[in-house]
Amino acid sequence: MKLIYYPGCTLKNQARNFDVSTVSSMAELDVEVEELARWNCCGTVHALASDDVMHRMAPVTNLIRVKEANASEFMTSCAMCYNTLKRANIDVKKRADALETINQFLYLEETKYAGDVDVLHLLEYLRDRVGFDKLAEKVKKPLTGLRVACYYGCLLVRPKEVAFDDAENPVVMENLISALGGTPVPFPQKTECCGAHHTVGNPEIVAERTDKIMGSAHEQAADLVVVSCPLCAFNLDFRQDDARRLNPDFHHLPVLYFTQLMALAFGCDDASLRFDLHHIDPLPALAARGLA
Amino acid sequence: MNTTLCISSIRPGSPFVALIEKISGQNLLACYQCGKCSAGCPMAPHMDVLPNQIIRLAQLGMKEKLLTTRSIWVCVSCMTCNSRCPKDIRIAEVFEALREMVLRDGSRDDRLDVRELSPEARGALPPIAMISAMRKLTS
Ligand code: SF4
Ligand code: SF4
Repeated sequence: MKLIYYPGCTLKNQARNFDVSTVSSMAELDVEVEELARWNCCGTVHALASDDVMHRMAPVTNLIRVKEANASEFMTSCAMCYNTLKRANIDVKKRADALETINQFLYLEETKYAGDVDVLHLLEYLRDRVGFDKLAEKVKKPLTGLRVACYYGCLLVRPKEVAFDDAENPVVMENLISALGGTPVPFPQKTECCGAHHTVGNPEIVAERTDKIMGSAHEQAADLVVVSCPLCAFNLDFRQDDARRLNPDFHHLPVLYFTQLMALAFGCDDASLRFDLHHIDPLPALAARGLA
Repeated sequence: MNTTLCISSIRPGSPFVALIEKISGQNLLACYQCGKCSAGCPMAPHMDVLPNQIIRLAQLGMKEKLLTTRSIWVCVSCMTCNSRCPKDIRIAEVFEALREMVLRDGSRDDRLDVRELSPEARGALPPIAMISAMRKLTS
């Protein structure tokens, strides 16, 4: 059985390291991943206004594509796509009138959406379908000694209807890191917001968040931070120079996708890791633990 | 000396209050002002009116004050307040309703002009950043 995979826009642009490491590590787990045909942007944020039906069209079109691929579920590794697609799905399942309006608007589509597709996040898939015990058996290069701060941000655990782990103290990523042989560190800021879209118009807000969040990881003597959201990754990685200007004591730390650590532990090649796409180079931190 | 306090701004059930409740899908009077939303809000240091105060002003129907706060553009919909509110009020949805009221009024009062960004910034910013900012700050 193939697992349908929705990459989303940023994984095909700045976050190609997230895309290639997702696909490579799934291959190592013997999961056949097939990229969804004709996928479109999910819209990045859920339309919180109850009367905003228009912005539920983009997610629903993707759900239609999943049905057209003869699947009843699909996986995405991007936390933001996951949240947007899952919320829209829950919403139209609950509101027959909104779904009717959307199907009418999308009258050129041959397939109608009937609320019959499930949205999965890769971490949820790894925990519940693959199992961390089975995953641990595939590790060729254990992340021994690597101290990892797992950052969840907002979108994997809020709101409660989309959360697949505890909202205040999620542990799924820590359990993954342990399965890979690494050492997850306590991380008080793991569900604090990175400042999200303010990176465009008010980067100083993001610099303040980055200082606080990355500072907390540094206090725990983390070697690096792992994330599941390309917006968090951009903010926490590329805004570190701004954080340094704000706080001269700021300490630079690399930010990686959890899939890159999986690919590394599974012995995937450099083309599956793409460490060249980072602002803060992860190689020195990995080399210090004998992992690069 | 006797002081007479005259509270006259309470307009429960005004069309403005009803519209906030409709767009946000929230019952504003459920709020008992515990302040938990503001305590955990990561954007509170950048706000001129705190989240619990936004809800209070919304209960009172104080339209001009609400629609001119900086706070409604500062809230990033991180949902921390929503997941912690003991009354299950979705505060982020109330913020969205207020933003929508400004953005929908036809004057195209956008809070982000993409043309003002440098080409370098536009080139570096990932799609996820640009699209979410435009979704939140432009009509
Ligand atoms: S947390 Fe809920 S009840 Fe408490 S002040 Fe905020 S909105 Fe009101
Ligand atoms: S959703 Fe907005 S108001 Fe609520 S905690 Fe986040 S930034 Fe603050």
